Amino acid sequence: MSNADLRDLYQEVIMDHNKKPRNFREMTDANHLAHGNNPLCGDALVVFLKLNGDVIEDVSFQGSGCAISVSSASMMTEALKGKTLAEAETLYQLVHKQMTGEEIDSSSLGKLAVLSGVKEFPARVKCATLSWHTLHAAMDSEHDISVSTE
Amino acid sequence: MSELDLSAIRKDFPILHQQVNGHPLVYLDNAASSQKPNQVIDAVSDYYRQDNANVHRGVHRLSQRATDSYEGARDKVRGFLNAQSDKEIIFVRGATEAVNLVAQSFVRPQLQAGDEILISHMEHHANIVPWQILCEQTGAKLNVIPMTMAGELDLSTFDELLTSKTKIMAIGHVSNALGTINPIKEMIAKAHAKNIPVLVDGAQAVPHMIVDVQDLDCDFYVFSGHKMFAPTGIGALYGKQALLEAMPPWQGGGDMILSVSFAHTQYNELPYKFEAGTPNISGAIGLGAAIDYMNGLGIANLAAHEHALLVAATEKVSALSGVRIIGTAAQKASVLSFMIEGVHPHDVGTIFDQQGVAIRTGHHCAQPVMQFFGIPATARASFAFYNTFEEIDALVGGIKKVQELFA
Repeated sequence: MSNADLRDLYQEVIMDHNKKPRNFREMTDANHLAHGNNPLCGDALVVFLKLNGDVIEDVSFQGSGCAISVSSASMMTEALKGKTLAEAETLYQLVHKQMTGEEIDSSSLGKLAVLSGVKEFPARVKCATLSWHTLHAAMDSEHDISVSTE
Repeated sequence: MSELDLSAIRKDFPILHQQVNGHPLVYLDNAASSQKPNQVIDAVSDYYRQDNANVHRGVHRLSQRATDSYEGARDKVRGFLNAQSDKEIIFVRGATEAVNLVAQSFVRPQLQAGDEILISHMEHHANIVPWQILCEQTGAKLNVIPMTMAGELDLSTFDELLTSKTKIMAIGHVSNALGTINPIKEMIAKAHAKNIPVLVDGAQAVPHMIVDVQDLDCDFYVFSGHKMFAPTGIGALYGKQALLEAMPPWQGGGDMILSVSFAHTQYNELPYKFEAGTPNISGAIGLGAAIDYMNGLGIANLAAHEHALLVAATEKVSALSGVRIIGTAAQKASVLSFMIEGVHPHDVGTIFDQQGVAIRTGHHCAQPVMQFFGIPATARASFAFYNTFEEIDALVGGIKKVQELFA
């Protein structure tokens, strides 16, 4: 592979989100949260959710990780705000399929489609999916729970 | 400088001659696992092609040949460590199994609640977790020798850490995460002055230096074959004969007994007492071949070349801005751990891989070391004698590529 492929992975949008992650803050009035970590590389993050009925009123995250995991989490929070839980679930499934190389209609992913380059780098798929798995855990539980992507 | 014929040596390692992601492979992950020369690969496959049979049983010719080769390998390990007797060499799966064996078979029977086990802050998880398990089992306490920001052991409180309750000191010879060579000979002498036995984790030392267990006077020395150009799944435990004699067996099974009845089982003599079940015969033979290979080149020559590589790499990487070397001990072997400002090591690893450069990124199974430096992980280049000065340029080029992409 060449540097062009590296640029497929490290696209401008991804680099931008890595440098300036959006919704990167603790949410004191969150009513759902979950911890996610990847023991293999030490990535660790918390996803905070504030649900109003079944609408995601606010979503944020905190933690540390590589460019792929931070930018994926950042883009996830942007994509989810104002969505219903059912819409979030659909998006979660789509993202998961995209990362694992299944055929999907990438137009339905919007900006999240920039992460599609990750599937060419199997060792990095878990970096990109960590925040989504953690989100899923947060959606499912009102308690603070932990997930691991190792 | 080096007296090695590097191009001849590299011809012995078939795996090195391949393209990875369109670039010639530059293998700088030797501290994780080293590559194998044809001499080792052939020894293993010749055994399976010509001699394969179980050892220590059977009067037939193949079994005798297998036994001779297996025991011949044991004697090579004895010579490699300068142990006194073959009885002091126990074949195990690797350093990890050897530490667990000593923890459970030597230390556990003597431990009481409140006793102490002494390790250091820079240990690999393999020399931490077996002792923690032992502490949970017995109520003993784990004490830790601190370290400095340079990645050297801080021995200012060492005397106080060696107490009347310390039942063993377990210490790494060379740190896998930092490359630090610890002053184990002096530490062993101090521990022995207080009658404290010492286990040395030599997994990162044996590929890089001459080890003499009699000179060190350590009680136990453990290492893995795969980090010293031998197959995976084989390693050795050296133990002083008197200590091994007094220890109960660790695992029961075939080969470790002299006679078995339902009323009484008589255990076998050393070293077989600790080798229950059919051992990794081909692995041991491969390990013996790796020792022959290293001796043929001269371990002192290998060490000199590696040292020159480490010095050159340290100099070149230090000269780059935005790069911090983690582990700057005065005495180091093989390892150059580093952080590139603003870039997570995992991204560094991917970008290096795209240049064909294999390095390790992560916590290196030494999370307490990462916690000490307040970092989640490092990128680590680690050298073996088959590495070249051109490959250091590839390392430097990789760092520059990362900085360019993340600019």
